[in-house]
Amino acid sequence: MTAELVRGQNHTLPQTRLEIRVSAGTPVVAGATLGDEQGTVRGIEWIAHPGSPQLPGLEVSQQAAADHRLAVDLEALPTGAHRVTVLLALPVGAGGPVRFGAVPAPFVAVTGLDGTEIASFTLTDLDAESAVSALELYRRQDAWKVRAVGQGYAGGLAAMLADQGVTEPAALAGTIQEAVTRGLARSVAPPPPRTPEGDRVRHATGSADHRPTAPPPSPAQAPEPPEPLTDPAATGPAHTAQPHTAPGPAAAGPAAAGPAAAGTSAGGPINYAHPRRQHAAPPSPPPTAPPAQPGQPAQPVAGDATGWSMDERLYNQIWGMFEDLARAVAAYRSAVDFAESRMDQELDRALSDPRNRIGGAGDRAREAARAKRDELTSRAREALDRDLAQLAAEAAVVEPALPAAYAGWGNPVWHAHRIPMEIPMALRIGDLHLPERTDLRIPLLVRLPLERGIWVDSGRAASEAAALMDTDRLRRLAMETAVAHAARLLAVYPPGEFAVHVIDPAGSAAGPLAPLVEAGVLAGPPAAGPGGVASVLAHLTRRVDLVQMAVRARAADSLPPDLDTGEQLLVVNDFPHGFDDRAVTQLRYLADEGPAVGVHLLMVADREEASAYGPILDPLWRSLLRITPVADSHLADPWVGHAWTYEPLTVPPGSRVLEQVLAAVAEARRAAGR
Amino acid sequence: MTVNMTKGQAISLEKSDGGTLTAVRMGLGWQAAPRRGLFGSRTREVDLDASAVLFADKQPVDVVFFRHLVSDDGSVKHTGDNLVGGAGSGGDDEAILVDLQRVPVHIDQIVFTVNSFTGQTFQEVQNAFCRIVDETNGQELARYTLDGGGQYTAQIMAKVHRAGNGWKMTALGNPANGRTFQDLMPSILPHL
Repeated sequence: MTAELVRGQNHTLPQTRLEIRVSAGTPVVAGATLGDEQGTVRGIEWIAHPGSPQLPGLEVSQQAAADHRLAVDLEALPTGAHRVTVLLALPVGAGGPVRFGAVPAPFVAVTGLDGTEIASFTLTDLDAESAVSALELYRRQDAWKVRAVGQGYAGGLAAMLADQGVTEPAALAGTIQEAVTRGLARSVAPPPPRTPEGDRVRHATGSADHRPTAPPPSPAQAPEPPEPLTDPAATGPAHTAQPHTAPGPAAAGPAAAGPAAAGTSAGGPINYAHPRRQHAAPPSPPPTAPPAQPGQPAQPVAGDATGWSMDERLYNQIWGMFEDLARAVAAYRSAVDFAESRMDQELDRALSDPRNRIGGAGDRAREAARAKRDELTSRAREALDRDLAQLAAEAAVVEPALPAAYAGWGNPVWHAHRIPMEIPMALRIGDLHLPERTDLRIPLLVRLPLERGIWVDSGRAASEAAALMDTDRLRRLAMETAVAHAARLLAVYPPGEFAVHVIDPAGSAAGPLAPLVEAGVLAGPPAAGPGGVASVLAHLTRRVDLVQMAVRARAADSLPPDLDTGEQLLVVNDFPHGFDDRAVTQLRYLADEGPAVGVHLLMVADREEASAYGPILDPLWRSLLRITPVADSHLADPWVGHAWTYEPLTVPPGSRVLEQVLAAVAEARRAAGR
Repeated sequence: MTVNMTKGQAISLEKSDGGTLTAVRMGLGWQAAPRRGLFGSRTREVDLDASAVLFADKQPVDVVFFRHLVSDDGSVKHTGDNLVGGAGSGGDDEAILVDLQRVPVHIDQIVFTVNSFTGQTFQEVQNAFCRIVDETNGQELARYTLDGGGQYTAQIMAKVHRAGNGWKMTALGNPANGRTFQDLMPSILPHL
C-alpha cells in the first residue's frame, strides 16, 4: 500500500534496496547528499550530482530529465552515513523555467526494486524556489525511514547546499550546472520520423518522458527479401513502379541519383555492388537477392532499406545499422550487468550463510556463483558476436556503395567526384563506434541543409586524446578538421549554392586554410582583425535580417539583387579573439536565427578561452553539434544513450583528394558562370 | 468471460514441423461504448494499453509500453499507442511484437498485460479482446474476450518463458486493477 506523505510526515521503509522515482514534467537536476548522525555533510565526496553521479550505494542521473530513477542501496552507504537527502533543482541557463512555481508540482516516490511504491510525495506549494530538498531517508535505531521534506530555496542550489553545511556551495553549484549543460549539449538528434505513424504516439500526458519516439521497425530486422541491388539510373522498370508524385526529400526517378550517378569519371551510372561481391548480387537485369544459406542470415546488400532513391535508402540503412548496433550492445551490456549483480548477490549469500563456514561448502558456493556468471556472460557475448558479425558484413557492402556525401575521404568515389546538381540528403561528418568492437564504424550523417551549426572543440580538456597533444598541434588539427568539413559541404552543394566565409582574427590559421584560399572557393579572403570580424558579421546579419523579413512578408521576390540566396557557412577560428561585445552578440544572433534562413556556424573554439563571458554563451555552445579533432566519446545515440566514440574523418596521408575536390568546386563554379 | 484457453495452460511454442517459434505478437483491440440519448453519437473515449515486462530471474529489467515503445535491446516493439480503440473492424488496435531470437540471453520471462488507462472497467468496453499470435504464420495461440469481464481495469494476460532451447507460453488471464503496468507489478510477481 502506498503511503501518500505530506510535508514533514515520515514512514518506515521495509527494505534497504530502493529506487526513488522523480517525475517533474520538465527537465530537472536530481542529486543526493549524505549526512552523518548530526546531519552534517562531511565533504564533497558525500554529494552525488550530475558531475559526479556515483557514491557507494547511490547513483543519480548525469543529465537533467523530466523523469529520474535513483538507485539507492542503504546497506552499501559509506560508514557513518545516517541520512540521504534527495535534491531537485531546475537547470540554469537552459532557457527553461527558473522557478518551481512555473512548472507542474514534482512527484517523488520511493519504490522497491520490483516497482511497488512504498511512499510517495507531491511537492506542492513551491513558488520562487529553484532548488528543493525533496525527501530524506534517515536511520533511526537501525531502521530506515523516509521523511517528506519539500524545503525549497529561492537562492537555488547554492543556497540549498549552504544550508546543508557544504563548504564553498556556490562553486559546487556551478560545477553541477556545468555538468548538466554539458549533458544537454552531447545528444545526437533522433532521426526524423519516417512515417506518419509516428503521429499516433502519445506525447506524454502528465509526466513528460524524455525518451524519443521509436522509429518504425527497421527492415534489417523485418523478414523481408533484401532490396535487389540495381543501379537506380539504369533500371527504368523498377522506377515506374514507384509513384513519381510522392513527396520526399529527394525527387523520385533517375534524377534522384544525381550525386551518385555523377560520381564516375565516365559519366555512366555507378555500380553499387561491392567489388569483391559481384557474384553475390548481379547488377542487372532485376536481380534476385542471393538466397540465404539454410540456417545462415541472408547476405546483406547495400541499399536494403526503404526510400525513394538510393541516397535515401542508404541513409535509412545506415540509421538502421546505427540503431541495431546500439540495441545489440544494450542487450549485451544489460545481460553482463545482470550476471555480475546476480553473482554479487550469491556471493553475499554464501558469505553470510553460517553453514558455509565449515568445510569447502563456501568455496563451492562461490565457485558455482562465478561459473553461473561466466556462463551467462559467454552466452551474451556469443549473441553479441553473431550480431556484430552480421553488422560488419553489412558495413562491408554498404561502405563502398556510398555516394561521396556519405563516404569517407578514403573512398575512391571522392577521386572521381563531380559537383552535383542537387543537394544530397545528408553529409557524413565522422564515424561512430563502441568499445565492444572498435573497427565497426557507423557513419555519422547529418541532414542537409544543416539543422544546427558545428563546433570543433579545440580545447585540451575536451578529451583524453586531446590532453596528450600540445595546444598548437591540437588547434591546427581542429582547424584542419573544420576546413575538411567546409570542403565537403562545398563539394556536395550545386555550384554557387554554398558560400563559405572565414573569420581568422589573428591570421593564425593560414596554414590549414591554404587549400580553401588557393582553390579560390571562399566568398572572400579570411577576415582578420576586429574590423574584418565586424564586417563579415555585419554582412551575414544583414542577410539573415533581409531573408527573415522577406519570408515574413512573403515577398521573396523583393530581396535586393546583390543578395546571395545560397546557403552560407561562417567558419570562426580562435573565438573569442578579435570579438568585442557587439560582435559576440551578433554571433549569438546568427547562431539563433541563422539556421532557419540558411546561415550556419562552424566554430573552432576552446570553450575555456571564452569563459570570461560566463554563462551568456552557454546557449551558443548548446545550439552547436560538438565534434572533436581527435577521437572522443561524447556523443549519445537517441535510443539507449550509449556513449559513442566519435572519430573525425581524415584525409589519407599523402592524398591530394581535398585539393582535387576543391579544384573541381572552383571549376564547376566557373562553368556555371557564378 | 470467454477464455479460449484455460487459465494456467501452457503451450510450447514449437511448431509441428519441429522448428521453434521465433516471433509472437500480442494484439489488443476494442471499441468505445457509445452513449445513449441526446448526442448519442458522441462516444466516450476508452484507452486500453498493452504492455510487456521483461524479467531476468524475477527482476524486472525492461518494459515496453506507450512511453517506451522499444525495449533497449530492440527485441520487443510496441506499434504505438492507440487512444480511442478501433472503429469495430475487429483488428488489433495495439500490438506488441516480440522477436524471440533477439531477446537478450538473461531475459527469461516476458509478461503481457492490458490496462485501462482512462479508468473504465472492462464491463464498459465493447468488443474488447486480446490475443497472442504466432507472427510467423498468423495462427492465434490464445484469445481472451475482455468485455463484460467484471469490475476490473487490468488483466495480466500471458507470459512467454524460456524452456530448454525454445520458448513456452503460459496463459494467465488474471484480472487485476491499475492504470499502467507499474500498478500491476505486485500482481505479476506471483506468476513468475
